[in-house]
Amino acid sequence: MGTQSISIKVNGVEQTGEVEPRLLLVHFIREDLGLTGTHIGCDTTHCGACTVILDGQAVKSCTVFTVQASGKEVLTIEGMTTNGELHPLQAGFMEEHGLQCGFCTPGMIMVSHALLQENSNPTEEEIRFGISGNLCRCTGYVNIVKAVQYAANKI
Amino acid sequence: MIPGTFEYHKPSTLDEAVALLASLGDDAKVLSGGQSLIPMMKFRLAEPANLVDINGLEGLDYIREADGYLTIGALTREAELDRSDLIKSKYPIIHDTAHVIADPQVRNLATIGGNLAHGDPANDHPATMVALGAEVVVFGPNGSRTIGIDDFFLGPLATALKANEILTEIRIPVPPANSGGAYIKFERKVGDFAIAAVAATVTLDGSGKCVKAGIGLTNVGPTPVRAKAAEEALIGNPLTDDNIATAGRLASEASQPVGDQRGSEEYKRAVVEVLTKRALHKAKARAEGGK
Repeated sequence: MGTQSISIKVNGVEQTGEVEPRLLLVHFIREDLGLTGTHIGCDTTHCGACTVILDGQAVKSCTVFTVQASGKEVLTIEGMTTNGELHPLQAGFMEEHGLQCGFCTPGMIMVSHALLQENSNPTEEEIRFGISGNLCRCTGYVNIVKAVQYAANKI
Repeated sequence: MIPGTFEYHKPSTLDEAVALLASLGDDAKVLSGGQSLIPMMKFRLAEPANLVDINGLEGLDYIREADGYLTIGALTREAELDRSDLIKSKYPIIHDTAHVIADPQVRNLATIGGNLAHGDPANDHPATMVALGAEVVVFGPNGSRTIGIDDFFLGPLATALKANEILTEIRIPVPPANSGGAYIKFERKVGDFAIAAVAATVTLDGSGKCVKAGIGLTNVGPTPVRAKAAEEALIGNPLTDDNIATAGRLASEASQPVGDQRGSEEYKRAVVEVLTKRALHKAKARAEGGK
């Protein structure tokens, strides 16, 4: 089975290489690029821990082949910080205590980022609907919603 | 989980895609949104030797009305259907459906064509398309052919689509005035398949009598189920609470649920009855100009 040449801009940096077509985007990000902020939770398209932004849209990177992302741009949690300064969403999760174990947090932040790009002033219901593809087993979501509201107020 | 190995093909035209499928035979699968296929490949429930990625094909991503039909390109993403003003204002039943498919991330990639071509009776669009009396256009080596929705689903994960054909378009007759439809899904949690779901469409005449009805059921049979007796019981009659209750009972009888972790057969039949009544009430309200 052959490999495929790929070229993907990840967090602003062009990444090229040869990959097996079956390589999942999440494995490329974590193992080939060493960006381990993107987590693998359920590995079955349910939990959202692996959420990244692909050409502006939140996707579950455990359910995308790396070859499909070739020619596109990927944003991961590592790309959210600018010059060492936390993104308002990252600050919001800190300020509002939006995490306990932290495993779901990168996915929560990425999906919320996509939500705020589309709707900068979401209602609580819209936030809850927007993060409905992401599971948190610690917080009960209340402080996650507050963290997103914190960020919406700052942006 | 790691899928099995495969060769990846990314054609740039429909002709090229169909030629590839013809030469690769049964060992190829079409990759559209991938939100059903990739999980199946990770579980090794599907191990195609070749994937033909159709995401590079131009002109299969549209929602428009022309010549008495709403036509939807097969590569239209669920998120686009969910956002579309045309769908929201004129086809709320399709908005109801796209809105509850899986979750936001999945809807960004998942396509309406894939949702139908996958042939899973647990998917949501099939029942809605049954209720709407849709047809699908498929493209193969000899050009296009159109298949009525009642002839499209053959069994679990089996459709009338041949191995060398690609579903390209969904065609829905523009409903006459005083029509309405609704899709109501009952699920354990966001992202799960329906315990059961019901799609209902009705058309009323000037006196409030029902002149046309469509009822499709999700995940209660080997294919989406058309509740024919329930439809027939409504046609020619006003949509009174009693008549809607009768249709609910007939739809429940038409359903063929199997008991599983989502509930017993008896429970699912009860769910179908209730959802059919709710969907018909909502469809009626919309036909009368309400929400």
